[in-house]
Amino acid sequence: MQMLFDALSLGSLYALGALGIALIFGVMRLVNFAHGDVISFAIFALLWPSVDAVAVVFAGDLPWFLLIPFVLAMGAGLSVLSEIVVFRRFRRANPATMMIASFALGFVIRYFLLMLFSSRPKSISLLPALSQPVEILGARIPLLQVITIIATIAILFALTAFLKRTRFGLEMRAAAENFTMARMLGVRANRVIMGAFALSGALAAAIGLILASQTGTVDIQMGAAVMLMAFIATVIGGLGSLPGAVLAGFLLGAASVVMQTVLPIDARPFRDAFVYGAVILVLIFRPQGLIAARGSKERV
Amino acid sequence: MSLLALSNITIRYGRLTAVRNVAFTLTEGEILFITGPNGAGKSSLLRAIAGVTAPAGGRIDFAGADITGRAPEDIARMGISMVPEGRDVFGSLTIEENLLVGTGMHARERNWRSRAATELEAVYATFPILKDRRHSQAGLLSGGQQQMLVIGRALMTNPRLIAIDEPSLGLAPNITDQVYERLIALRAHRALTLLIVEQSSTRAQMVGGRMILMRGGEVLLDGDARAMGQSEAMQAAYFGYGDH
Repeated sequence: MQMLFDALSLGSLYALGALGIALIFGVMRLVNFAHGDVISFAIFALLWPSVDAVAVVFAGDLPWFLLIPFVLAMGAGLSVLSEIVVFRRFRRANPATMMIASFALGFVIRYFLLMLFSSRPKSISLLPALSQPVEILGARIPLLQVITIIATIAILFALTAFLKRTRFGLEMRAAAENFTMARMLGVRANRVIMGAFALSGALAAAIGLILASQTGTVDIQMGAAVMLMAFIATVIGGLGSLPGAVLAGFLLGAASVVMQTVLPIDARPFRDAFVYGAVILVLIFRPQGLIAARGSKERV
Repeated sequence: MSLLALSNITIRYGRLTAVRNVAFTLTEGEILFITGPNGAGKSSLLRAIAGVTAPAGGRIDFAGADITGRAPEDIARMGISMVPEGRDVFGSLTIEENLLVGTGMHARERNWRSRAATELEAVYATFPILKDRRHSQAGLLSGGQQQMLVIGRALMTNPRLIAIDEPSLGLAPNITDQVYERLIALRAHRALTLLIVEQSSTRAQMVGGRMILMRGGEVLLDGDARAMGQSEAMQAAYFGYGDH
């Protein structure tokens, strides 16, 4: 039971991260390596600049119903800003150029945070009420884990409804499949791309929030680890496929937790190597990903 | 008054010149075929009109406004609806969703939802097969049905001009007949202006109307499709004998 919850909550993080990457890849064929740094930025936006080991909070003491929208808005804001300032200029460039631009942007964000906050991890207590355990079927599960899973499922449902039921969602799906055709039907390219960046940034912020509450610390590298797994999840899921990204995210979470338990003690430190090995196996047999995305047509 | 006017349009891809100094005008309500062999520059011309390819030189005017170099979405919103070659349906979307993508451009106008619904019923009345399968994925349709879908999708935006690239490509002759039958009926019914690109001139001669014959990026002939018939210049354009 404990294992199931561990797998689901870890998978939730990966799934949310993979979704954020897949959303942007879908509309502009950009693999956004700055995504992980958006995760860190959204959380650091809660703090005053300082190099102390204990975070000096600025907005972190807000009640949850203000705190959560604030963090999400920070993530979405930074993400949209990066589109306007950086990626818009590369829209006609080839995907490799855009990918390198995203690396560069990630470094800029990370070093900006480094300058203001130093590389020291800081302890922070966000939403402290959530660390209490609850009993579910005889297992003691941290409340936060339960909330993470529920929140992820809610986000997935909301996102699906948004994509399937709203006009903007329809335009986004059309643009993801064939951007030029969508534009020839009057779909505004900038609006759709900015929408994708905003959603992706908000998802990144949600991950930051969960990570910071779970671990009780923030540091400028916090996004990187999740980001790597999330990126792998988007690839196995089939680049650009949203259901694929979510499925692969949960599978990776499950694989990590299961290997942590079944591997012999001596092999456990190398858990990630086994997970990556499994990833390579999957890609050998399904190079297009678990759920191949439609329409790899040209970008804008 | 001319609805669409091209003057001295030149299109280049790198060093290759695909279209050289092409000029023509199109009057409201007219039907114009652009024909010519492969590589004549017909599709490049359509892409330039749609705003997908920026011309290297020249000017395109639509309904009295200069649209040269404007974004595809702006041009679509001004009333040019493009049906590109190869029937670009959104395969993962349902048929109805495909039809609705373009209606968002009127979202600022009053009653646009009810008008889109009326438009949808009109398209379904023209192409009943689309209504029967409205909730299935567009990627599952046959070639002829996809062609009807993309024409219907272009109509949904309530355009003044529809430009269609090779509507008969990959279709059986009797299906092509059906597609043209609907197009001609629609044109009569809605006062649409039609710009149709076809490789072969036979369809233009069957339907009638004006025809421009292109070859090697230039306009060779411009006149009445039926009168052009099997003129010597036409033979030369397709088979390359004569002065070449």
